[in-house]
This record gives sequence, C-alpha cells and structure tokens, in this order.
Amino acid sequence: MAIADIKNMEVVYERPKTLINKITSYCPGCTHGIAHRLVAEVIDEMGLSDKTIGVASVGCSAFSYEYFNCDFVAAPHGRAPAMATGVKRVLPDRIVFTYQGDGDMISIGTGEIVAAAGRGENITVIFINNANYGMTGGQMAPTTLPGMKTTSSPHGRDVEKMGYPIRASELLSTLDGASYIVRRSLHNAKNIRKAKKAIRMAFETQVRGLGFSMVELLSTCPTNLHLSPVDAMNWLEEKMVPYYPIGDYKVHPVLSEINI
Amino acid sequence: MTREFWKGNEAFAEAAVRAGLQAYFGYPITPQTEALEYMSHRMPELGRPFLQAESELGAINMVYGAACTGARVMTSTSGPGTSLMMEGLSYIAATEVPIVLVDVVRGGPGLGNIVPSQQDYNQMVHGGGHGDYHQIVLAPASVQETVDITYNMFNLAEKYLTIGVVMIDGSIGQMMEPAEMPPMLEIRKDIPDWAVRGGKDRRVKTSIYFAAEDMEKTNLRMMRRWQQIEKNEVRYKEYFMDGAKIAIVGYGSAGRIALSAVRTARSKGIPVGLIRPISLSPFPKQLISEIAEQVDGILVVEMNTGMMLDDVLTAVQGKTHVEFYGRSGGVIPFPGEILKEIERISKEPQKDGRHPRDFWLERMESISV
Repeated sequence: MAIADIKNMEVVYERPKTLINKITSYCPGCTHGIAHRLVAEVIDEMGLSDKTIGVASVGCSAFSYEYFNCDFVAAPHGRAPAMATGVKRVLPDRIVFTYQGDGDMISIGTGEIVAAAGRGENITVIFINNANYGMTGGQMAPTTLPGMKTTSSPHGRDVEKMGYPIRASELLSTLDGASYIVRRSLHNAKNIRKAKKAIRMAFETQVRGLGFSMVELLSTCPTNLHLSPVDAMNWLEEKMVPYYPIGDYKVHPVLSEINI
Repeated sequence: MTREFWKGNEAFAEAAVRAGLQAYFGYPITPQTEALEYMSHRMPELGRPFLQAESELGAINMVYGAACTGARVMTSTSGPGTSLMMEGLSYIAATEVPIVLVDVVRGGPGLGNIVPSQQDYNQMVHGGGHGDYHQIVLAPASVQETVDITYNMFNLAEKYLTIGVVMIDGSIGQMMEPAEMPPMLEIRKDIPDWAVRGGKDRRVKTSIYFAAEDMEKTNLRMMRRWQQIEKNEVRYKEYFMDGAKIAIVGYGSAGRIALSAVRTARSKGIPVGLIRPISLSPFPKQLISEIAEQVDGILVVEMNTGMMLDDVLTAVQGKTHVEFYGRSGGVIPFPGEILKEIERISKEPQKDGRHPRDFWLERMESISV
C-alpha cells in the first residue's frame, strides 16, 4: 500500500478527547481500560468534557483521575458518592460522576451509595464489579462469588462463615430515588457496545435532571484471578454473568423515550 | 447594629451565613443539633445548599467535595461525630482546601453524654486524622466571641488553605446571650485558581502523592504555612495579670468560670490573674513561657483530665511551679472550687516534685472512689 493511500484514509477509530494519552497503571487485560474508554467516548459524544467533574475512589481506579481529561477530585475509600454530592450541590449545572470498584462502593461505601441513591442525587456512578479487591492483591470482596478462592478466602468463599455476595444493582433498584440502574458486562464486543449505550443513558439521566444513575460493569482482574486475559473474559461470561444477571433494574419512564 | 438574644448554636450558624457560607452539610448530634436545624431553613431561604447527610462520614465528605470547588463550606458536630470525621479531615488537610468545622464539645469518651466538656482538646489540637498536618483551633468563651470567631474563620481557612476549627464547649452552644451579628457579606463569585469547576484546563484535587518525595514536599509546604500561622494567628486574653503572682490558664467555659474565681480572689487580696488562650492551635507558648518567668505559680484549669496541661508544661519548661485542676466527663467546675485551689496555692503550693496531674488525682480521690 502506498503511503499516499494511508494519508487519504478516513480515521474511523481514535483516542477519545476525554482520555489523556498516557500509559495507565492497570494490568494487561484488565477491563478498567475498556470502561475508561467507554465513559470517555460518551463524554465526548455528549460534548460534556468542559463541564464534567469526576470523582475517583480508592482501589486500582484511585488513579483514574490521571487518565480522564476533565476535572477530578479523589475521594476517601467508599466516600465518592458523598464527595460527589458536595460537588454537585454547589455546582448543579455541572456533570458529576463517580468511578468506583466493588470493595469501595458496596463494602466500605455501602452507606454513602445507598444514601446517595435514596436521595435521588443527580449524579452518575460507574460501578466496576470484578469480584475482588484488585489493588491490595486479590482479597475477598462483597461481590466475590460463593466458593471463589481469593487471598483472604484461600479455601473458597464459604457462605456459611463469610456470607453471600451483595447484588448492588438489585439492591439500589428498590430505592425510589434511583432513576437508572442497569448491569452490563464487558466480556465481549457485543456486550461492550451495550455497556456503552447504558453509560450514555446514565449520563442522559443526569443531564435531564432525573436523579441517581448507576451502571454496574461486570469486569475482570486477570492478575488476581490468575487467568490470561482471554480466560478471564470466559470466567466473566461463565461464572459472573449467571450470578449477576445482565439487565435493566430500574429505568425512569422518561428514559424509555430516548433513542440513542 | 443591635444586640440580640442568641443561642450559641444558632448564633454561629447565622454568623457563618453572614460570612458568605455557600453550603452546609451536617448530621444531628447533641449538643449541636440546633445549628443543623437553623441551617435547614436559613440556607434554603437564601437559595444556598443545605443537606442533612447520612452520617458524619457523609457530611465531612460532602464538605470535602464542595471545598474542592472553592466554595465557602462548613459542618458542625460533637465528639462522636468528630471521630467519624477524622478520616475526611486528614484528606481535606492533604488536599489543601479550606473548610470550617464547629465542634460543640460534649462529655466522653465513647458515647459519653451530652453535657459540656473539653474532652476533644487532644483530638483537635494534637490529633486529628492520620498524618503530618495541623489545623487552626480557636476556642471562644461566649456567644459573641463564637460569632466573631466563626465569621472570621473562613478568611483564615482560605488564607492558609487549612481546616479551621471553632471548638466550643457544649455550654456555649446551648446558652443564650446577647450578641451583635456582623454584616451580611455577598456570596463570593470568583472561583479560586486551584478549584475544580468543570472547565477547559483540567484541574485535579487529590490527597494522593504516590512518590514519597512529593508527599514530603507537600508536608513541608504545609509545615511552612503552619509556621506562618504560628507567627500570625496566636490569640488570647489576659485578665488581672498586672502584678499577678499566680496565673490561671484556662480556655472556653473553664476560663470563664475561672475568671469569676479570679475576681473573688482579687477582692480578697490574692494577686492572681487569668490567661485565657483563644487559639489552642497555634498555642500561645511564647506568652506562657514569658508569664512563667514572672509568676510564682501557674494553675491550669480544664474540663478534662489535663490535656492543655501538657502544652502549658512544655511552654513553662520548669521555669515556674505548675498545678492542675480539672473536672471531667461533663462535670462543670464551680467558681468556688477554683477559688479554693487559688487560696491553697497562695498559701501552700504543692512543691514535692510530683506531676501536677498526680497531685490533682490525689485531691480528686474523695470524688472518684
């Protein structure tokens, strides 16, 4: 192929403007990269990057503010929904989203997320559920599957002693303040496209002032699962999706009229 | 301006509103709840955000978020609430954003009780959350002083990018006194150049400094600012110190009660005066050090088991005789108790080399057995 031809080729795929061109701290094969990109693409498409303030959490995604090209604050462990509330109440015309893992959101931060959803706080939550504490090296999370081995449940999660996983989407969907609660998975291209559409709907929820929105993204952690990236994706489809069904758990009636 | 009858908790709330408070986040806890209740109608009336949080954890992190936008923001609470807020306060300190916290102190530790105390001295002055940081702690002794200090605390917090704590004993929050309110300031319209706001050039507020060298730089920067605070912001009041041979050191309600005792003692011809520290952090150590050279003895009076006592001893450096009298757990000393101590010290000070706290505990034996 001649060089001239390449020059004339149409650009069909590029880095979203809302993602900084920087090598991330995430492990190879980790789905944080996909989730970051989807959020950045949605912010780009909606033209929101100049009015968005992100709230990072604690865990692997603590450094998410290094990669998004918009204003960011970094919250203490679990407190992102409270911090986002403080930002949003003072700047109600800005777009405020949190980016939280499972240990952050539904273990140490259960109080904050339930309260924010209950209040119908007009923020968007991107919830990464990879069934373990990634940053500290793969300990049992509230979302760890029954029988699943982690570094703090070495013989597998014994539900008699360690209890059952918490299904955050189902839990939050019972709250009147929640307007958009869905679960998606990042295990293949088809589901990734659906996840992006859901993230778009979540931000549309906020733009329309409809209240609390959350997208749960079933994710992988190849390093701590001791699986290759491809096998981790298979694990996601075979083990996680059956326990955490993909679906729309709460959709505000106004949203069903939006066509994206 | 006119003097009006104000309850302490409502007075500091109104003072904050007049200082241009842009958002209030809080949680009910006795003995500060009236402040939350006052804000729940006053802030919306002015079109400003008020939110009752799910917990003090929630409240301080809402304050944290709002502070990152450069807004004038505050919360108020009491001991069990301040303990929950310590995590957020440490993050706020490390992010170098200004906030104001009013701590209406009750008896403890633990759930304790809801009566006035000075149990939070160490937590606010020496403790706080984890890490290398300091915060301004001012302790008023009347409703008027609480109004003035709260009103000005926002300026201090913003000037030094620090946490400003107004620490009042539960008694000051609960009592009513005449007070004159300061003028209503306009809400600030400008956005500080460090604040997040959703804009073209990306701004980040974080307490993460992953490289140890960067964290150290931050800690040194904060320490340099703290040195400026120590230089510029020491506050105290002196009463009857002319020719005093005994100096009482007491803050807040304890200082105020001690003043009654000092007046009576002076009328009996005992040369006693009172130093009432207003800034507990920065502590007036230079003043105490100078006083130590002028008097025969110092009596520290507190509503705890001797927390400021340690700071006084450090400042005195053995240059004079120091004694302690405290009531703890929410018990308020009567002026008569302090007068008795003054009379005893003027006649036969305890000078057998024991720590003032040991000698005090021995005197307290009749109560504690």
